[in-house]
Amino acid sequence: MDKTATTPHDHDASESLAERIRQASATGTPLRIVGGDTRGFYGRPTEGEVLSTAEHRGITFYDPVELVVSVRSGTPLAELEAALAEQGQMLPFEPPRFGEASTVGGMVATGLSGPRRPWAGSVRDFVLGARVLGHEGIEQRFGGQVMKNVAGYDLSRLMVGAQGTLGLLTEVTFKVLPRPGASRSLHLDISLEEARNRLADWGREPLPISAAAWLEGALHIRLEGGPSSVAATRERLGGDELDEKFWPALRDLKLDFFGQGDASARASDRPLWRLSLPHRTASLGLADAAEASMIHDWAGAQCWVRSAIDAETLRSACRRVDGHATYLGACGGPGSDEPFTPLPSVLLKYHRNLKAELDPKGIFNPGRLYAAF
Amino acid sequence: MNILYDERLDGAAPKLDKTAIRDSLAQDVPGLTLLHREEDLHPFECDGLSVYRTLPMLVALPETLAQVEQLLKTCHRLGVPVVTRGAGTGLSGGAMPLEHGVLLVLSRFSRILEIDPEARIARVEPGVRNLAISEAASPYGLYYAPDPSSQIACSIGGNVAENAGGVHCLKYGLTVHNVIKVEVLTIEGEHMTLGSDALDAPGFDLLALFNGSEGMLGVVTEITVKLLPKPETAKVLMASFDDIEKAGNAVGSIIAAGIIPGGLEMMDNLAIRAAEDFIGAGYPVEAAAILLCELDGVEADVDDDCETVRRVLEAAGATGIQQARDDAERALFWAGRKNAFPAVGRMSPDYYCMDGTIPRRELARVLKGISDLSEQYGLRVANVFHAGDGNMHPLILFDANTPGELDEAEALGGKILELCVEVGGTITGEHGVGREKINQMCAQFRPDELATFRAAKAAFDPTGLLNPGKNIPTPARCSEFRTIKSAAADPAKQG
Ligand SMILES: Cc1cc2nc3c(=O)[nH]c(=O)nc-3n(C[C@H](O)[C@H](O)[C@H](O)COP(=O)(O)OP(=O)(O)OC[C@H]3O[C@@H](n4cnc5c(N)ncnc54)[C@H](O)[C@@H]3O)c2cc1C
Ligand SMILES: Cc1cc2nc3c(=O)[nH]c(=O)nc-3n(C[C@H](O)[C@H](O)[C@H](O)COP(=O)(O)OP(=O)(O)OC[C@H]3O[C@@H](n4cnc5c(N)ncnc54)[C@H](O)[C@@H]3O)c2cc1C
Repeated sequence: MDKTATTPHDHDASESLAERIRQASATGTPLRIVGGDTRGFYGRPTEGEVLSTAEHRGITFYDPVELVVSVRSGTPLAELEAALAEQGQMLPFEPPRFGEASTVGGMVATGLSGPRRPWAGSVRDFVLGARVLGHEGIEQRFGGQVMKNVAGYDLSRLMVGAQGTLGLLTEVTFKVLPRPGASRSLHLDISLEEARNRLADWGREPLPISAAAWLEGALHIRLEGGPSSVAATRERLGGDELDEKFWPALRDLKLDFFGQGDASARASDRPLWRLSLPHRTASLGLADAAEASMIHDWAGAQCWVRSAIDAETLRSACRRVDGHATYLGACGGPGSDEPFTPLPSVLLKYHRNLKAELDPKGIFNPGRLYAAF
Repeated sequence: MNILYDERLDGAAPKLDKTAIRDSLAQDVPGLTLLHREEDLHPFECDGLSVYRTLPMLVALPETLAQVEQLLKTCHRLGVPVVTRGAGTGLSGGAMPLEHGVLLVLSRFSRILEIDPEARIARVEPGVRNLAISEAASPYGLYYAPDPSSQIACSIGGNVAENAGGVHCLKYGLTVHNVIKVEVLTIEGEHMTLGSDALDAPGFDLLALFNGSEGMLGVVTEITVKLLPKPETAKVLMASFDDIEKAGNAVGSIIAAGIIPGGLEMMDNLAIRAAEDFIGAGYPVEAAAILLCELDGVEADVDDDCETVRRVLEAAGATGIQQARDDAERALFWAGRKNAFPAVGRMSPDYYCMDGTIPRRELARVLKGISDLSEQYGLRVANVFHAGDGNMHPLILFDANTPGELDEAEALGGKILELCVEVGGTITGEHGVGREKINQMCAQFRPDELATFRAAKAAFDPTGLLNPGKNIPTPARCSEFRTIKSAAADPAKQG
């Protein structure tokens, strides 16, 4: 099967998107690219004419034997994942869904991955190619539908996490993988310190761990792989059975910890921060209580904090260990001006150069990532 | 169309005064080893694509980062092109020197700076050999996954620049998936860090952009790679087929069964015989094709998977299936594959290695196409490939001393690459464009796409001093390429 059955929503809107970009280019009008509008809390507010990809939908190619799927950017993530599940396959990076409307384009442009990320890889690791509408409103193809491709620069992976500031993604091709044969989850009531030590030991063995998060006094573990090894490891690690629903709730920021509902609920006095840290970061040097109240996902490499600590204190603590901190609270909060960690000057220079070369008129989501571009 | 630097098509070369540049570098960069006599330059005149040679103007062999930084600043100030070289094993002429440029050789940066078994990372200098990382990590039960066949010689800096792959990439990824951080010097001698010790970094994913950028955007001076725990066990099945198409279809069937092998490689009869003759790996020399399928992981799962794969291979029509009895035999099976290039090299004075990648479902069609082309050009072609990834390495056998044969081999190679593009594939899966595939880039990409590549390059190196002439063709070269192609197509239409 080379294509999935088309749905009534399938539609190629690339020509009208291109036309809008050509107009914007001609008049120098900034555009605010919108997919499902579910990740507004992630990034800086951007002013511009709304350009929605919602009409540009559908899976254009899927060959499960080839492990390759190509999909238009406005396609709901849920629709793509359902089509893959039908064939026993998945997006291995377990992308969060912040609502049924989350689109494939928004997923790639924000570049966020779920609990399996440290073991399976991130969004960009599974991007094989992309079609992009550049500033001239011409659709360009980078990468492709094959597993390996080093012809030209890797501009498709560059688009991942660029928040739509370098162009509009019209179609993305992913490598997909079979779903694991078996899956079991458990939790162990152990301290953060103990959890760190055990994870470090286990990490040097080929165990089928595919998620590990410490919160509220317990280490939560998911095992995925062949039935034999999952059963044997489940036995060995002990602990209590954990409901598998824990993982999507963690992935989509739906645990009680995150507060109910949208960004505004997270705002006020205890906004949400995401810390990205090296494995084996012993301590950030924040107050013990602050560290014990965080969620330590990705075996410690991604921590969630709800705190009124000021941005600079948090960021310098992260910088000391070669990590960084992202603000996901609401507008007007302590990090909303600069939700992403500021870049060192040389790096910033080359970000600006790249933006100026690929979007010379500054029409794509200006200021979404950093105020400087 | 020749691939050597051609000022008419590739842009005017700067007019440089070799002595003056040598003096400036000697003055600005204390202690720098700078070769300039013709006999000293000869060892550097080519990379692994040895049919093309150019003598560099100067060869610099720095030993400290301060020297590299200062060299770049001086070259930038004087407008001198810089070509970076790792171990020089590249197969696409990426490190081919320029007559009017400095060759910056990083082979002296060969220290492993840190192995952190708890964080499972290694921090190394760019000249460290690929295999040396796994050797250093081995006492901790860890290894570095990407394993190009050239791993005893090639450098990790060169691996990053080419986004190198290996036989274990289908499951464990390419270089880009296994490098977490690089330190870079720009052509202006500025320092920047791309990526981080964490799993992501703020801003654009420049780390991804630099992987596979062929020394065109900056000089990579330090690399942090992730290490993986060695699998508990690895088993190899070798299946023989009397028909290459059946072997091709078996590859898809294994993956359709939900199995991602650690390695899945295929060789055709000519390659099998060459390897057997050279290594004595125990390959069936009568087979039309063999598949090597490695399954690794936890013992219990691997045993289950071996059973499944065995059934799939039988159903696909394998005429024989052999499982390596022990690690020694497993190593021997792989030795045959990993030495396939030099083995084929023994059968012919010269060989030319292609690197097209195609969707796996097109395998049979492309192999047929290659065999037709081989007949048409009267040159033998041996096929060795990373079947799981659809990455083919047709090896064209020729004799450069027979007048015209190099041209014929190149023309045949070009046709094979165009065939790969036609079926939805790419001209290079892991060896890079370099100088070798500069013309075929015009077949794979449209002018506006190439313009975007040039824009990305200009963001980092606006004056085009880093590795000029490589990777992205000029508009002039592509218009000549298209003119020649349409001229060639016309008489065919008439005939
Ligand atoms: C704290 C905070 C508060 C905010 N409050 C407001 C507010 O009150 N009012 C307001 O108008 N805005 C606000 N914003 C910004 C606004 O929400 C976002 O700019 C917009 O909603 C993003 O749309 P989006 O969610 O597409 O959704 P998603 O579809 O989830 O997209 C996420 C990101 O991907 C990009 N993207 C989506 N599809 C593509 C594609 N195909 N190609 C390239 N890029 C793509 C989007 O531009 C966006 O950057 C706020 C932002 C922050 C950080
Ligand atoms: C027998 C044989 C088998 C091979 N098998 C494989 C294989 O299985 N898979 C595979 O992927 N490749 C393979 N190759 C190709 C080659 O080994 C790889 O491309 C390798 O990555 C090149 O590394 P190098 O150090 O030799 O780089 P070089 O040849 O010295 O340089 C290659 C390119 O990288 C640039 N470069 C080098 N170092 C740096 C640096 N520090 N910073 C910036 N740019 C730099 C150069 O400018 C040049 O463009 C094989 C080659 C041979 C000869």
